[in-house]
Amino acid sequence: MKNVALTNLKPEEVGTIKEFTNGCGARRRLCELGLNKGTEIKMIKNDIGPIILSISGHKLAIGKGLASKIIVEK
Amino acid sequence: MSTIALVGNPNSGKTTLFNALTGSNQHVGNWPGVTVEKKEGKIKYKNKEYNVVDLPGTYSLGAYSEDEVVARDFILKGNPDVVINVVDATNIERNLYLTTQLLEMGTKVILALNMMDEALAKDIQIDLENLSKNLGIPVVATVASKRQGLDDLLTEAIAYLDKSPSLNSINYGENIGKELNNIKNLLNGSTFDYPTDWITIKLLEGDKEVIKHVREKTSPNTKDKLVNIEELSSIYELEIIDKRYDFIGDVVKNSIVRPKESKESLTDKIDKIVTHKIWGLPIFALVMFAVFQLTFAIGEEVFGGLVADFIEGLGERIFILLESIGAPDLLTSFIVEGIFGGVGAVFEFIPLIVVLYFFIGILEDTGYMARAAYVMDGIMRKLGLHGKTFISMIVGFGCNVPGVMATRTLDNKKDRMIAILINPFMSCGARLPIYLVFIAAFFPNHGGLILFGLYALGVIMALIVGKLFSKTLFKGESSDFIMELPPYRLPSFRSVMRNMWDKVWDFLHRAGTMIFVVVSLLWILSILPYGVEPYSQESILGRIGTLIAPIFAPAGFGTWQASVSLFAGIAAKEAVVAILGMVYAGVSEGTELVAALQQVFTPLTAMSFMIMVLFYTPCAATLATVKKEMNSTKWAVFMALYTFFIGWISAVLVYQIGTLLGF
Repeated sequence: MKNVALTNLKPEEVGTIKEFTNGCGARRRLCELGLNKGTEIKMIKNDIGPIILSISGHKLAIGKGLASKIIVEK
Repeated sequence: MSTIALVGNPNSGKTTLFNALTGSNQHVGNWPGVTVEKKEGKIKYKNKEYNVVDLPGTYSLGAYSEDEVVARDFILKGNPDVVINVVDATNIERNLYLTTQLLEMGTKVILALNMMDEALAKDIQIDLENLSKNLGIPVVATVASKRQGLDDLLTEAIAYLDKSPSLNSINYGENIGKELNNIKNLLNGSTFDYPTDWITIKLLEGDKEVIKHVREKTSPNTKDKLVNIEELSSIYELEIIDKRYDFIGDVVKNSIVRPKESKESLTDKIDKIVTHKIWGLPIFALVMFAVFQLTFAIGEEVFGGLVADFIEGLGERIFILLESIGAPDLLTSFIVEGIFGGVGAVFEFIPLIVVLYFFIGILEDTGYMARAAYVMDGIMRKLGLHGKTFISMIVGFGCNVPGVMATRTLDNKKDRMIAILINPFMSCGARLPIYLVFIAAFFPNHGGLILFGLYALGVIMALIVGKLFSKTLFKGESSDFIMELPPYRLPSFRSVMRNMWDKVWDFLHRAGTMIFVVVSLLWILSILPYGVEPYSQESILGRIGTLIAPIFAPAGFGTWQASVSLFAGIAAKEAVVAILGMVYAGVSEGTELVAALQQVFTPLTAMSFMIMVLFYTPCAATLATVKKEMNSTKWAVFMALYTFFIGWISAVLVYQIGTLLGF
């Protein structure tokens, strides 16, 4: 168990969201789309372009800048 | 009449439910932001009529995008009698975030747990009774696409009309509770357009619209104290969100069981290919190319001649009929040259438009468009644009009016302004007939390629101009990319046909009204002053054209006829072909527009004319929408002028360089 930035997760790796270091506005938008502290996520795609996550089977694409400020425990 | 409003997340099946309930012709897309304005329909149930309103799909009811404001203002000010909250049963937790905000508003809410079939297929177990008890509102299971559960939903909604709800309230905890009480005391004595409880929470959340509203409605004394609350919001805003999620956690704890690990779905497999870092973009280009090739092959080669022959035959028969009954020449001229030559010329392209919309409809409904926006984000970002801009651009392929409105999903003002300004470069369906008639005349063997090339050129110009704007007029960071990628769904035949029919109907409607009026007006101008040879340079129409024509001389089409048609195109793009048909053909002479154009244009001037049409000033309807959406006449005028300039300069470049190269 260690805390890493979301962008460090490799495809197929799972993690639990621990913390957001984003600004308030970005944090709020993430929450509205179902990303909150304690949410379990699975990395689907992490190469070029926005990363793609799966939250209980639902896919979300998030820009790298934003994703790098989300801390997950893996 | 009682009003029932539908709210829900994008992709929750809200519009499908609306269609199933009302049977109306609203289009359903499989991407965020299809319902850009609210839509209304009526239903009859047990001999009573009800008004049903479909609100834009939103994830939240804050004030951060136009959609959210439209939805929440309707709920709070439009006073719907009951609100149906459409929830995706496979994704309840996230969808309930919107529900918590509905509960805060104190409205009568019913939960329509939609797509229950998909939830079952995924082994998600949902205890409806517990869910309903925990939320304190009725919950009904539905499958809108198969019309299941609609009766239950309506029965429940209508029974709920007369009950007063006992909503379960969210426990915000001691700290927030104390602050909420303080604010409530402060607001005591003032009256607002919104419920005070809701205002209290929104103030503590720092909602800008609500703060503005409260400032307008309260005494100066209270206003001073409001400043303190705004400071508090930075502390409590996120805590309030957390408390909402705590509430959701409690609600679902004993009512939903998900299988531990889901296996790789078909959506995952397809996504591995279409969002691939190398193949994603070429696949997207290939898909679009295939769409244009197929459109041309099916629309033109299979069906194209049929409608044209029909219209021509009908025109000739009516001409003979009019002659035989000795109708006045003026009437015959109007009907044959104005109506059949003009409006008829537009009708001939219906098969192509039908086919194009059929394919775009399939792309939308499957969910592929969201992936297109995803793979385009990289390029868009390099140009200083937001990836979602691309969605409004694709919508613009159909028509620029919804294209401009689709920019509402962009919540950053800079992103949105640019997205609106570049939308007209996306070649809309009404411009299609113009290309087709020129392609038929000059490039019959390369139709699909040229069509694809023109559309692609429009996209490239939009991107270049977008980059320019983001460097000059609208500096600043583009907001981050966050977008849902909905699961792929088989497009329903009914939905695709409905979309297609919608567009055809819209086209026919415009042909019958706007284009008819423009054509009639221009016909009158073409026979005046009285006694002049109709459609001659001496007619008023000819004189106007002659006056403008020199502007287009450097582009190679400085004829009065071409000038007048472009001029009419600013009223409606369909009018360009209609006018060309009137001035060059007219069924009575038996000449085809295509043959006539071959006499006047060359392949090079045809190309520069098509480029002009692609880029120049959008139609009046688009300009009016821009004015409304940007809330500024200045920007609408700016758009009209700068696009004209770009169109003109591009056409001139094509013609001059082409001439130099010896074409």
